Amino acid sequence: MSNIFKNIFTKNKKLSTDELIVKKTIISFFFFFILMGAGFYGWKWLRYQPESANGARQPLRTVLDMNESLFRRILSNRHLTREYSVEDAVKNVRVNGDLGLKSILDTASWRLYVIKKNGDTLSLTMDDIKKLPKTEIVFDFKCIEGWNQITHWAGVKFSDFVHAYGLTYETQMKYTGMSTPDKKYYVGIDMPSIMHPQTILAYEMNGKPLPLNQGYPLRLIIPVKYGIKHLKRIGTIFFSNSRPPDYWFERGYDYYSGL
Amino acid sequence: MKKIVKKHPLAIRWFHWINFPVLAIMIWSGLLIYWANDVYKIGFGSTLLLKFFPNSFYDALHISFHLAEGMAYHFVFMWLFFINGFLYVLYTILSGEWKYLLPGKNSFKEAWQVLLHDLHIRKMAPPQNKYNAAQQIAYSAIIIMGLGSILTGLAIYKPTQLGWLCTLMGGYKFARIIHFALTIGYVLFFVIHVIQVMFAGWNNFRAMVTGFEVVKTKEESAAEEPINK
Repeated sequence: MSNIFKNIFTKNKKLSTDELIVKKTIISFFFFFILMGAGFYGWKWLRYQPESANGARQPLRTVLDMNESLFRRILSNRHLTREYSVEDAVKNVRVNGDLGLKSILDTASWRLYVIKKNGDTLSLTMDDIKKLPKTEIVFDFKCIEGWNQITHWAGVKFSDFVHAYGLTYETQMKYTGMSTPDKKYYVGIDMPSIMHPQTILAYEMNGKPLPLNQGYPLRLIIPVKYGIKHLKRIGTIFFSNSRPPDYWFERGYDYYSGL
Repeated sequence: MKKIVKKHPLAIRWFHWINFPVLAIMIWSGLLIYWANDVYKIGFGSTLLLKFFPNSFYDALHISFHLAEGMAYHFVFMWLFFINGFLYVLYTILSGEWKYLLPGKNSFKEAWQVLLHDLHIRKMAPPQNKYNAAQQIAYSAIIIMGLGSILTGLAIYKPTQLGWLCTLMGGYKFARIIHFALTIGYVLFFVIHVIQVMFAGWNNFRAMVTGFEVVKTKEESAAEEPINK
């Protein structure tokens, strides 16, 4: 046996079939283990990459952002979420999370603040918002956790809202940011998605004013995104060319989170 | 006498061994995602046969509370899974390997005979080429399953922008069920595959690494016998 090992790696030696089998097997497995090892260390390398400030390892975040730029290309105002009839909507709408809703809401003093590019701030009451044309939508709400529910909402189309308040200049920027009055929950949304014709500032659910746990008095309904972007109890809206802070992005989720 | 016979081309060996860890990562990250809404179970009426998954399973694999991490890995490694699978199919078509892999007219009948043979019920296995009929069916089915995973995966990944696909896949909920069921299918495939490879032995396993198989040839061994009797 030891002869075989001596012989097979001698140059220009004529090998028997048995020796050739051993030689080829050794060489192949040598490279096989090297490649398996390289794969294993590649994986270890990835697993030990420091988590960046946004809660995801940088190589993963880079690919997620590349996915975003790819799938943004196919988002358009003509790509609509399927709508259902009102009878299809569930009566018991699932409540998932109360981030930004824990502080006490003073209904009388609540205002929607919209920060304009020139520094001015619009301060709007619910009556101001309800004066605008009302849009209803019944759609399949999708949570990032994986469940979905057909739900019924009504409010003002975001695109109607910005046009009514002369925010055309602001909508030429890249992002819209929103936060709850206590600033505990906040989202950032790319402009094409927030201006999508099915995105609404909702004040009704199932034909009645929003319940407190669903974001009374005003929440975002944006069917082209997962539920994490549907901010409840909107306090402030602003516009920006860089990504506004986003609560779940900071905890490792995809910034875009588009559907 | 022994003879070295080429069996698996280098490309196929690469595709095979790249797919193994990539699919493992896809299944693992998929579990991290599934955990966040783990609603599937098998049972009838009020009888629960199997819950996907019991808490002990999540605990053993440290699955709980990793949804963001699972999504990040899943949507990165999906590219490798897709590219590797696509190149594999392309290669089998261009190289002509598909001829060995695709089941033929008699494959289903023969696969049954292979099964009976493997279970030691039938003595003779049907004659075969590089792959037996059961392998042909399994290896072709796994490609269709891969395609199914990609399509149902895309359907639940972008149900609005690819709304037509989501509808085609039976809607959001149904596509998610199929996507999950296919994954269970991969795990079953893996278990059977490993058992079969262990039974088939070293020569067969070595071929997936080295590319060659050692065949004993009767004619030559007869010729090898001493003539001067």
